[in-house]
Amino acid sequence: MKTETPENFKDAKIARRSFLRYAGAGAASVGLLAVASCHKDHPINFNRGIDIGSGDTGILNYAYALEQLEAAFYIQVINTPYSGMTDNEKAMLTDIRDHEICHREFFKAALGAKAIPSLTVDFSKINFSDRASVLGAAKAFEDTGVNAYDGAAYLIQSAEYLTLAGKIVSVEARHAAYIRNLLKLGDYAGNDVVDTNGLNTSLTIAQVLPIANTYLSTKVNASNYNYVA
Amino acid sequence: MNLFNIIEEIENVDPEFTERISPRRDAIKNITSFGSKVAVSALPFALGTMFKKAYGATAATASVVDVLNFALTLEYLESYFYNQGTASAGLIPASDASYIADITDDENHHVTFLQTVIKSLNGTPVTSPTFDLTAGNGTHNGPFKDVLTNYQTFLAVAETFEDTGVRAYKGQAPNLMGNQVVLTAALSIHAVEARHASAIRYLRALSYGAAITPWITSTASVGNDTGIVGVNANYAGEENVMQGGVDVSKLPGVTTGSTIGIAAATAAFDEPLAMADVLALLVGTFIVH
Repeated sequence: MKTETPENFKDAKIARRSFLRYAGAGAASVGLLAVASCHKDHPINFNRGIDIGSGDTGILNYAYALEQLEAAFYIQVINTPYSGMTDNEKAMLTDIRDHEICHREFFKAALGAKAIPSLTVDFSKINFSDRASVLGAAKAFEDTGVNAYDGAAYLIQSAEYLTLAGKIVSVEARHAAYIRNLLKLGDYAGNDVVDTNGLNTSLTIAQVLPIANTYLSTKVNASNYNYVA
Repeated sequence: MNLFNIIEEIENVDPEFTERISPRRDAIKNITSFGSKVAVSALPFALGTMFKKAYGATAATASVVDVLNFALTLEYLESYFYNQGTASAGLIPASDASYIADITDDENHHVTFLQTVIKSLNGTPVTSPTFDLTAGNGTHNGPFKDVLTNYQTFLAVAETFEDTGVRAYKGQAPNLMGNQVVLTAALSIHAVEARHASAIRYLRALSYGAAITPWITSTASVGNDTGIVGVNANYAGEENVMQGGVDVSKLPGVTTGSTIGIAAATAAFDEPLAMADVLALLVGTFIVH
């Protein structure tokens, strides 16, 4: 997009309008729209990474970023199983992988042209051949996912999206409880994640993204929610 | 079973219930005539439909205190269930005692927490209904009659309660929009109920051979994946694959050309239940009239 001129930009806008009017246009216009929209709404600054944007689009992109991370993690877990992975563990972790891919693809579809790009992950801190390392990371991803959805839910303006976030967060909580049980039977709702009122903890966007960014080469920012890496 | 007692009970939970239906004289007439025609055994399901009409498909606007009192009613049930189980000598094996005790503690804390929140909003916490853990509406001879003597039945009821609790909280989230503190608290309980549901399912699979996953893995036509007879209504709709207008079972899967498929698509999204649907499942069975 370096060579883009104001004229080109105007063309892109027209392409967007006609796309909206004629949804179902060919792949070429979809591609054009994606590039134009990406440029406009989620500027890629190589020093500062990608911004999730604002409003419900911002929250959906936030969720999309986390689901990209989780899906990539479990794909790797199943591609390179840790030593001693039982058949049952493999089956359950494959289930989780597929749920996370489903979440990722759902957000990608729901966001359409407003989606942030695919993120490049960095799992160099995880030893995929070691059970404790993998399940420890899985526990962190799942517990953080629950904290993230619960902490951002109040920012969602559409009742439909709030319900969709609710449909996903309870599945993340099921995953979290399962992973924790694998690490230590009975730790499904440990007191590091459930307080003395019986409430799950929650985290703000500005608290979650620094954690997520430690596993991302492409840094994700939320300038409208008080966080820039 | 007296239908108007049930409506009274709903009013305890949702004081605006009569208001919702009173502008529609026809609706009341329908309820009266309907009640005389339908067999008692079919009522829980029939009621669900009528309450849905009263609330309207999209105009459910229960107040924050209504929602919290609804949640409190469910927590009373769960808390009573686990406390009764714990007090039943010989029911819970020593190996599982602390595992179940942690859930019991959480449910007791939920009761106290919700009572406190309701009072802080100048509301009045509902009192606990009378329960019949056999689902026998006070006969203590319902379909789960050995719930406090047979540990497998106890776990089956626990799983159903937890999964249904998740659905109930989820269904109320839109009614709490605009109230950051209460919405976040409700979703925080929702997540804990989901952890419990996963934990009970894992225990049943790990130690007692149940062919279930920690998540609800439905088929294309049946939501209920538990193998428990008589609870299909608690899982009705979990087989849904349409999310935000997208058939998520057809989205791209892990390998090129593959799709997510029905099992993963149904398990990846837990489905909500409306307040009236939850009450229709419980009132006249676990909640006594």
